[in-house]
Amino acid sequence: MAGRTLYDKLWDDHLVKSRDDGSALLYIDRHLLHEVTSPQAFEGLRIAGRQPWRINANLATPDHNVPTTLNERNAGIEGIVDPVSRIQVQTLDDNCDEFGITQYAMGDVRQGIVHVVGPEQGATLPGMTVVCGDSHTATHGAFGALAHGIGTSEVEHVLASQCLVAKKMKNMRVRVEGKLGRGVTAKDIVLAVIGEIGTAGGTGCAIEFAGTALEDLSMEGRMTICNMAIEAGARVGLVAVDNTTIDYIRGKPGAPKGADWDAAVNYWHTLHSDVDAVFDHEVILDAAAIEPQVTWGTSPEMVAPVGASVPDPDQEADATRADGIRRALQYMGLSAGQALTSIQLDRVFIGSCTNSRIEDLREAAAVVKGRKVAETIKEAIVVPGSGLVKQQAEAEGLDKIFIEAGLQWREPGCSMCLAMNADRLGEGEHCASTSNRNFEGRQGFGGRTHLVSPAMAAAAAVTGYFVDVRELMGDAA
Amino acid sequence: MKALTVHQGLVAPLDRANVDTDMIIPKQFLKSIKRTGFGKNLFDELRYLDVGEADQDCSGRPLNPDFVLNQPRYKDVSILLARQNFGCGSSREHAPWALEDYGFRCVIAPSFADIFYNNCFKNGLLPIVLSEQQVDDLFAACQTEEGFNLTVDLERQVVVTPGGDELSFEIDPFRKECLLKGLDEIGLTLQEEDTIRAFENKHQKKFPWLFQELA
Repeated sequence: MAGRTLYDKLWDDHLVKSRDDGSALLYIDRHLLHEVTSPQAFEGLRIAGRQPWRINANLATPDHNVPTTLNERNAGIEGIVDPVSRIQVQTLDDNCDEFGITQYAMGDVRQGIVHVVGPEQGATLPGMTVVCGDSHTATHGAFGALAHGIGTSEVEHVLASQCLVAKKMKNMRVRVEGKLGRGVTAKDIVLAVIGEIGTAGGTGCAIEFAGTALEDLSMEGRMTICNMAIEAGARVGLVAVDNTTIDYIRGKPGAPKGADWDAAVNYWHTLHSDVDAVFDHEVILDAAAIEPQVTWGTSPEMVAPVGASVPDPDQEADATRADGIRRALQYMGLSAGQALTSIQLDRVFIGSCTNSRIEDLREAAAVVKGRKVAETIKEAIVVPGSGLVKQQAEAEGLDKIFIEAGLQWREPGCSMCLAMNADRLGEGEHCASTSNRNFEGRQGFGGRTHLVSPAMAAAAAVTGYFVDVRELMGDAA
Repeated sequence: MKALTVHQGLVAPLDRANVDTDMIIPKQFLKSIKRTGFGKNLFDELRYLDVGEADQDCSGRPLNPDFVLNQPRYKDVSILLARQNFGCGSSREHAPWALEDYGFRCVIAPSFADIFYNNCFKNGLLPIVLSEQQVDDLFAACQTEEGFNLTVDLERQVVVTPGGDELSFEIDPFRKECLLKGLDEIGLTLQEEDTIRAFENKHQKKFPWLFQELA
């Protein structure tokens, strides 16, 4: 028998039943909830008179709608100015109370972006199945957990039955081999991967990210990469468990205790693909060849190294692609052949479930330290991923570095990644953003998003343009 | 869920690739805690010339005359013809809710994003994958022929053109069954309660740490 992939192992360990029609029931260990995709699911439970199957599998926190300014935050839910947002956050609060679900509510230091909070609390562990009504649930795959986004009907299904009706995905492996260059980060890896395979390149697949460059990454970096598996079309991103994973979990509130810890670690060490496992697709990238990336278009696959130029649709042979480029350039207000370094920025956003963890903030702070935000930048905001990330950053003095440089230091939440709260772009504004999607209107009506790493966003903040961050780094960096 | 067996309807062509769920239903409308009423904001940024807000009366908003669904010939549309990777991005089920609320029962494209595809089936909306060539041909027919209709026969897994050509499509047997009968998937799963319970007990013995309480 051929060896099994990591995905195969996780699937096998959670398979409740294979049905004759090809569908399967998969057991769900952890269910994360936030305010946007859960209200209709709770309502469905109430209408059908059903109760959650296993309360302690669920963990909730509000993140998408929460304001990030201290003024608006101080008064809790009541203080949310937008009445529609306020009702949604209140509804999560009410539903968690009614059903007895653990919630890190506004005002709790553990509140934050659900994909930052889960790992930080040890609520995400290797070998788990983790689902959430949010496509960036792929993030948790960095721990060797089978994690993916689901729709609201499935949120209700998991609440009611602790299972999902699932179909096995294909196995894909993306190997990134070699050493990353200076100033090049996990975000650049994943943008380069998406540029290589396209936004539908991983459709129908679970992507395992592997190779020496992945092994060298911290858990924060691995989360950044798995987070954007969905931007390559894959619901699932995965990284094998190693000592980096286990060291990260040790001491977290939800980590196994006592004898359970040893048993868990033994099991976790089996969570990697067997050497003779067969993948349906494999892509190999040379880490040393990856440069800092900048997206120029309206899809994450529209990406290029910072030293490159905006492509010319007339040079594109495929008509649909050429049409896509033309549309994107028009929306973005860019011209074919224009250097990416000539794009002038209006705003900078450092945050989101992709890049709001402590390492991301350190990376950005190192670049802005001793510098000032360019005068042409209207606003540059740093939004930590959780209350605990914020606390840690403040303990390290990162908040002061940002504030002295002229960036704003905000309260945790999803913020300008999708602009459901008050943080958003104006029409036509260009933003250097550490988030995950540059779709039309994503960060505000008519807003123009460029996806970059935290270091590149920081460099853009202090220069006002895209600049190769390596030019701002000292020799010692 | 509404059942779908045979559906005949007017087809509208949305000629762009990688239509994402932010485009199908922008974020400001996700603040609703209801499952209905999203149809008026379907494709909001393409459809209207102004910026839409949640809970707004849309009847007086300026329409974008260039947007396909605003053209009078597509007024009673129920089948959307789209390009590759339709529904990419966010997992928001508000996207199929908005399509369904607008009046769509089927979306035909050469490929769909996984989560969107899956979400459609929970809402009586049938996503149909046809080949690039077949989709190209349907675009051509739809654009030249006013009132272009298709018949979708789910039982037989075919799309029937006005000329009588039958284009067959694949679908999972489980999803097909649920959609044909309009079944409640949760109810079906809960019929397996004993099997789930037995699995859970075994799972807990093997991995007890997965069942500890969170603080």
